[in-house]
Amino acid sequence: MAEINVTVNGRAYTRDVEPRTLLVHLLRDTLGLTGTHVGCDTSQCGACTVLMNGRGVKSCTVLAMQADGAELTTIEGIASSGTMHPLQEAFRQEHGLQCGFCTPGMIMSSIDLLSHNPNPSEHDIRHALEGNICRCTGYHNIVKAVQHAAHAMAGGASAVGAD
Amino acid sequence: MATTVAPRAPLIGSSPKRKEDARFITGKGRYTDDINLPGQLYAGFVRSPHANATITSIDSSAALAIPGVHAVLTGEDMKAAGVNPIPPGWLHPGIKISEFRPLAVGRVSHVGNAVAVVLADAPNIARDAADAVVVEYEDHPAVAEAIDAIKPGAPQVHEGAPGNVVFNWALGDADVTDAAIKGATTVVTQHLTNQRLIANAIEPRASLASYDAAADELTLYVTSQNPHVHRLIMGAFILGLPEHKFRVIAPDVGGGFGSKIFIYPEECVVAWAAKTLGKPVKWTATRSESFLTDAHGRDHDTNVEMAFDDAGKIVALRVKTVANLGAYLTLFAPAVPTYLYGTLLSGQYNIPAIHVEVTAAYTNTTPVDAYRGAGRPEATYLLERTMDVAARQLGIDPAELRRRNLISKDAFPFQTAVALQYDSGNYEPALDRALEMVNYPQLRAEQAVGRTKGKYMGIGLSSYIEACGLAPSHIVGSLGAQAGLYESGVVRVHPTGKVTVLTGSHSHGQGHETTFAQIVAHELGCSIDDVEVVHGDTGRVPFGMGTYGSRSGAVGGAALFNSVQKVKEKGRQIAAHLLEAAPEDVDFADGTYFVKGSLSKSKGFGEVALAAYLAHNIPADMEPGLEATTFFNPSNFVFPFGTHIAVVEVDIETGQVRVVRYVAVDDFGNVINPMIVDGQLHGGIAQGAAQALWEGAQYDSNGQLLTGSMMNYALPRAEFLPMFETDRTVTPSPVNPLGVKGAGEAGTIASTAAVANAVMDALSPFGITHLDMPLTPARIWSAVNDAKAGN
Repeated sequence: MAEINVTVNGRAYTRDVEPRTLLVHLLRDTLGLTGTHVGCDTSQCGACTVLMNGRGVKSCTVLAMQADGAELTTIEGIASSGTMHPLQEAFRQEHGLQCGFCTPGMIMSSIDLLSHNPNPSEHDIRHALEGNICRCTGYHNIVKAVQHAAHAMAGGASAVGAD
Repeated sequence: MATTVAPRAPLIGSSPKRKEDARFITGKGRYTDDINLPGQLYAGFVRSPHANATITSIDSSAALAIPGVHAVLTGEDMKAAGVNPIPPGWLHPGIKISEFRPLAVGRVSHVGNAVAVVLADAPNIARDAADAVVVEYEDHPAVAEAIDAIKPGAPQVHEGAPGNVVFNWALGDADVTDAAIKGATTVVTQHLTNQRLIANAIEPRASLASYDAAADELTLYVTSQNPHVHRLIMGAFILGLPEHKFRVIAPDVGGGFGSKIFIYPEECVVAWAAKTLGKPVKWTATRSESFLTDAHGRDHDTNVEMAFDDAGKIVALRVKTVANLGAYLTLFAPAVPTYLYGTLLSGQYNIPAIHVEVTAAYTNTTPVDAYRGAGRPEATYLLERTMDVAARQLGIDPAELRRRNLISKDAFPFQTAVALQYDSGNYEPALDRALEMVNYPQLRAEQAVGRTKGKYMGIGLSSYIEACGLAPSHIVGSLGAQAGLYESGVVRVHPTGKVTVLTGSHSHGQGHETTFAQIVAHELGCSIDDVEVVHGDTGRVPFGMGTYGSRSGAVGGAALFNSVQKVKEKGRQIAAHLLEAAPEDVDFADGTYFVKGSLSKSKGFGEVALAAYLAHNIPADMEPGLEATTFFNPSNFVFPFGTHIAVVEVDIETGQVRVVRYVAVDDFGNVINPMIVDGQLHGGIAQGAAQALWEGAQYDSNGQLLTGSMMNYALPRAEFLPMFETDRTVTPSPVNPLGVKGAGEAGTIASTAAVANAVMDALSPFGITHLDMPLTPARIWSAVNDAKAGN
């Protein structure tokens, strides 16, 4: 067992982990943050995507020990004081989710995209999400949701929240 | 009706945002693997690496020596404890039923067949210990392809099924069809494979069971599309648990697409082990396990003859299919290549003579059962691909050939030559609208110009019909179903007027918590926030047949609609009593009962609900309370239809296909939530297009699955697909009070043929008439090069 220190959603944790423990299992099983999902075992589906030091990573492909000292953000940590992150709101507005299983990873990957490309084209969005598989939506409404959020985050907030 | 109450905007037909989204977008969904119970053990399965082998010994000693391992249990242990094999849910005359034991006894029949289970303190320990169980096998030759399995001398999968034939099945009039084909002007023949697919719901299957010895009750959380079906079959037929002592909960489920209908070995083992060991037991599949053990879909090999007269009208269709059912029969497997397939072979067309023969075969592969569309995509691909082959051969434009053969709108109800009676339909407007949306004449002109410049664009049509809303119980019963296919719905009004709805349907992405709330709130004149939809728990919902076959709206929704009518009527009796009016003089609108012509004399729905529960002042012969239950048993299937058009560009140098446009015009009857219906359609289109272009499960001749991960089984990604262009026509279904049809499978049913036809249209200048799916770059590149070389 090895001791690691991580900050997850702004809260500091010190935990002993087996060296083979994956970051996703630390989050889900040890810290109880079950919003991050496991959909495959080959780093293909992206359901486990979280932010590590601000960049999207597949937490099934990071050892918990590699996250020692890191700042992590999961789906549970992106709303602030009851206000949804614009991407959360946009996924709801545009019906960008059905079963919801890929959704946390999709949202976290989209946060990564918009953090370095605030005004992505449809092609940019589709390319950025190539590591996240959704089996329900055919991606149509996911693309619209990311466009919607990009618009809202650029100041067009009036489009968000209107049913 | 004299009312001046201002009507609210109707909820049915509007698109409120989904109620369930709040938990999913915040990471608060509760999927089976998110649930943990104190003291739970983890199951790790020992699986066969061989496709066809005899188990000669199982040595658990090394596994049991690993710290944290509690037990290793085998098929012999389960059998000795009285656990029965998993039965199929649909039978045909003469069917040969395989012995599908949750853990194999004596013999394994596909790679991944579970042989033993380890119960341990942690998932890693369970997996390590499963690897430490030493199983000795005597390996036998295996067979993976159905057409090989039915050849003389093929390896035998099960001793009780000579020649590996599960059953032979036929539908239609063979003599009339033969005669019509003999007399035809043109007979178009085509061999088609409909390849094997793997559903790949993004949530892997999982189960968690706990046994309460004091109450003698077993609770199972499981990734199921139909928890009551799980309870019935596992309880009554496999484990011998009485239903009133067995609770099955399907919490949030991350997609199903058919693959979570069936009763799987692992959940039977988990439930049995939890009771046997007296500790909760949990198992979650790795994706590798999902590939090997989730039931696969499709896998047909078919020869088609479509015969035409000199006016381009179809006079007969003859179909011979060999269907691969894998190693064991799962729940719907016998129905998928028969009644869900052969009955759809008339499509949208007036075909006077049809005959279909199906041979179903056992092979040493993962079981094959329903996958989104289940039989109907196979029928549609067959018909629509053959229509395009015929159009080319006859020199008739594909849209025109379809138009000539459509069933006229005046011909309904229309009796097909393959048993179904279509109750309603009007096919030409959908075809016209789709052609208009792509600007078909201009597109054909662009195509012709492009070809002179080395650009190979293709246009593919698919005019489909499906039968869904499963199903009239007496009909499916007469055809071999071992259950009825009705649905239950409870509308429970609380004293405050708030409503709890209990439905036997199950949502695993379809949005029932919103759609069903819309139906009830629309009728009661309240907000959808005042209606809570409960599903997926046999401890709370009286009964249910679950969600598959695009049945939730047409059957489950109809049950709720009828229950809410009963509630409204009881409320009217109470309101009339309170208002001292005759019940026939009281109307209900927008949440208020009022005396006709006298709006000041009124009672709100909440007041009436409270009166019903106070029971101080209700009609003398009336029971207190305000709740109604309906078991809705449909009188017929519902028949959605439409025309989809795909436009593709093929890069001849690389064989790469790009889907440039995708237009869908569908008729789902009345639509409750257009946003949700469009979402269902989008996802369906993606799955069907993926069959045409990318997906395909491959086995080698030893029965090893070569496409066993997302690394080598090509699921569609965002970059592969365009935005979809959709429109609708509306022909309400007459068989349910909502006038709705199913929308869950239509996209998949239509799109495979549309995309495949588009690619073949693009390749037509090379003289290539047909390629089997998936139309991968390698396959296209090779065909084009062969064609150029004159082969």
